[in-house]
Amino acid sequence: MEKTNRENHVEIRILAHPANLCIVRSAAQKAAEQCGLEQKSVDAITLALEEALANTIRHGYGGPCNKPIIVTLNRLNADDDHQAGLEILIRDFGRQIDPAKIKGRDLDDVRPGGLGVHLIYSSMDEVEYSCPSEGGMQLRLVKYLNSSPPDQTNAKTEKTRE
Amino acid sequence: MTDGNSVVQNIRRQDNKIILDLVGDIDLHRSVDLRASLLETIQDKPATMIINMTKVGFMDSSGLATLVEAMQLSRRYGGVLILFGINTRVKSVFEISRLDKIFQICQTESEALAE
Repeated sequence: MEKTNRENHVEIRILAHPANLCIVRSAAQKAAEQCGLEQKSVDAITLALEEALANTIRHGYGGPCNKPIIVTLNRLNADDDHQAGLEILIRDFGRQIDPAKIKGRDLDDVRPGGLGVHLIYSSMDEVEYSCPSEGGMQLRLVKYLNSSPPDQTNAKTEKTRE
Repeated sequence: MTDGNSVVQNIRRQDNKIILDLVGDIDLHRSVDLRASLLETIQDKPATMIINMTKVGFMDSSGLATLVEAMQLSRRYGGVLILFGINTRVKSVFEISRLDKIFQICQTESEALAE
């Protein structure tokens, strides 16, 4: 885990309801701007976060409910080992899904739905799903200052951690 | 939290074409409202349905899914769905999903009406 301090750490706790997503998007947008990320990266972050939270509500919790989702925004400072950027952690306490099974679908199959995971991988530099031993899921998303633009061909390599 | 505003701000008719003016972010919360409006409009089987995206600042995959469904339903009866006024931010969502090649997308309303 990269070094963070209190000034660079924001934690938001929401109930799993779609009406709350715009609030988290706004916070992430501000955090990304404060990190100095360019507008395309800011847009990519808000999109990936929206898709991740939507998937948590729909698949993790099985629909809107009064259970919590905790979103953590960490500013990453550049050091010898890491680039500067923004790290987002999304923690839920819903159904655990094997990270290896979380994949985007074939884009040639034009049909409504199923694009969320593809958009997440295409938008972020690092995407890492894990199943904490306490239950639920955690998703780690990272966007670096010197990031490549959103991938419009193939989603980046998927990273998973048991 | 809810904004309470409808995604479809206005519905206009011009000849046999129907124009829907959308407004605001289209996310998991608001795409439900958009879907209901589009399905209701499609019931009348308009020959051309034009969607004004000029005032849409953000759209996620639930919005894309809603538009894909509307396009497919329109095509079933021989109708056409055209989008116009898509900003750079929303356009990139179409491009990442490769749906920019599937939808008929125009720059302006006059261009869409001329199709």
